[in-house]
Amino acid sequence: MTTEVAVLGAGMHPWGKWGRGFTEYGVTAARAALDDAGLDWRDVDAVVGADTVRGGYPGYVAGATFARALGWQGARVTSVYAACASGAQAIDVARARILAGLSRVVLVVGADAAPKGFFRPAGGERPDDPDWLRFRLLGATNPVYFGLYARRRMALYGDTLEDFAAVKVKNAALGALNPHARYRARVTPEEVAASPVVADPLRLLDICATSDGGAALVLAGADFTRAHAESRPVRIRAVSTLTPRYPTQVLDLPDIATDSAAGVEPSGEPLRTAIVRAAYEEAGIGPEDLSLAEVYDLSTALELQWYEDLGLCGAGEGAKLLREGATALGGRTPVNVSGGLASFGEAVPAQAIAQVCELTRQLRGEAGERQVAGARVGIAANQGLFGHGSAVVVVR
Amino acid sequence: MVDGWFTGDGDDFRLLGTRCAACASVFFPREDVHCRNPGCEGGELAEVALSRRGRVWSYTDCRYRPPSPYVSDRELPWEPYALVAVELEAERMVVLGQAAPGVGVGELAVGMEVEAVPGVLGEDPGDAGTVWTTWNWRPVEVSA
Ligand SMILES: [Zn+2]
Repeated sequence: MTTEVAVLGAGMHPWGKWGRGFTEYGVTAARAALDDAGLDWRDVDAVVGADTVRGGYPGYVAGATFARALGWQGARVTSVYAACASGAQAIDVARARILAGLSRVVLVVGADAAPKGFFRPAGGERPDDPDWLRFRLLGATNPVYFGLYARRRMALYGDTLEDFAAVKVKNAALGALNPHARYRARVTPEEVAASPVVADPLRLLDICATSDGGAALVLAGADFTRAHAESRPVRIRAVSTLTPRYPTQVLDLPDIATDSAAGVEPSGEPLRTAIVRAAYEEAGIGPEDLSLAEVYDLSTALELQWYEDLGLCGAGEGAKLLREGATALGGRTPVNVSGGLASFGEAVPAQAIAQVCELTRQLRGEAGERQVAGARVGIAANQGLFGHGSAVVVVR
Repeated sequence: MVDGWFTGDGDDFRLLGTRCAACASVFFPREDVHCRNPGCEGGELAEVALSRRGRVWSYTDCRYRPPSPYVSDRELPWEPYALVAVELEAERMVVLGQAAPGVGVGELAVGMEVEAVPGVLGEDPGDAGTVWTTWNWRPVEVSA
């Protein structure tokens, strides 16, 4: 029985503000992934699209939208929405089809044309929607939540503004080496400090922008991969998609309050830690096995949090790990060698797929100047609105 | 805007949630249909007033105008306001809210005691006279 799924192809549309439709970005990424796999679109027997909610109906039915644009060829189709975790859940669906023997070759695509400035909920008066409520009643944008976590880290662990800025400096230097990144310029600590405060204590350069972009993967089972004579065997060994456990004790998007622990004792394991633990267990690895990690650095402070959630260091030691250079290229466990969302910006349905594209290039040794020497095991971790958590483990 | 989230004036102002009669879980915003505790068979959800005072879990501010549906007068220059996440000891939960007018991030610290007070979210520009009320968090005055 097949227990692993191979990544035969990875492709992206460069991130940026291009002013075109998301379908174009997705199709460009899909064609690049098919080229990379050496396959024809008609070889694909299922397509899974990661949805965007800002494209009207075509965005809500991304699988069929990409399939139509590539040319109807009768493939099975699925569309998946899980906010920031959409791409990882699209990969999960594709992988499950392959492992179940329902598909041989699956194309996974995510793309978005993001709005300018803050993300906002859909229109209308919708007081039954927690996302609408947090904007209407509190004006609580995404950076507000990032600011709360950052300020909490400063109070609890003594993180400084300089620590946060150092994350941006690291990721910008790596993004400068990535042709698909939107921001290709190095950034200095002085430039971060001089950028305007958006949500205290975070500044403009601490927070990731909204972007256009697209990413795609071609996945296949072991039999097809052998027959295809794939010489660059990169395999997906785990995909964890977890919900939190009641009662949640970390205030999270888009909620106005945490659950109360008055009736039930909390498990003590926050969602991000649980996502990562489940991925490690499924893959049979631990943090010491990682060659590299791609995490959602929606803010610089959040990247430090992920170090701890990944088990690279203990609670409160994220900034110390960064200062030691352990998470830089050449360090013990490089994090966000793609440049991270700091360099890409958010193209929501594409970004978790883009993380796996980066891991694929790294594990094949095709990452050029940003190559992690001898990379064998990588993890991509993210968290999406409304309690979606996902991580993907890729091995060589 | 939303009914039954708070009540009272002055010292009697309280946030309102609901409490499950079976498992004692408290919900804010109020949960009126199902208890969300996965291990609970489900009890009556009765209205309960939350603790008036709590401690600052964290805080931040909005230096830029939030997008709609937040309502603000675009004719006026943007005035940043602070947001405070407050830990309520008895309920063992954190509740986010705007800080009272005049309370900026410089006046706040993690662990500081604050209390819920009535606040104004805004006035309806299309329907003069309609004032939307809300809750604010305000540092508790330390008496000498
Ligand atoms: Zn209950």
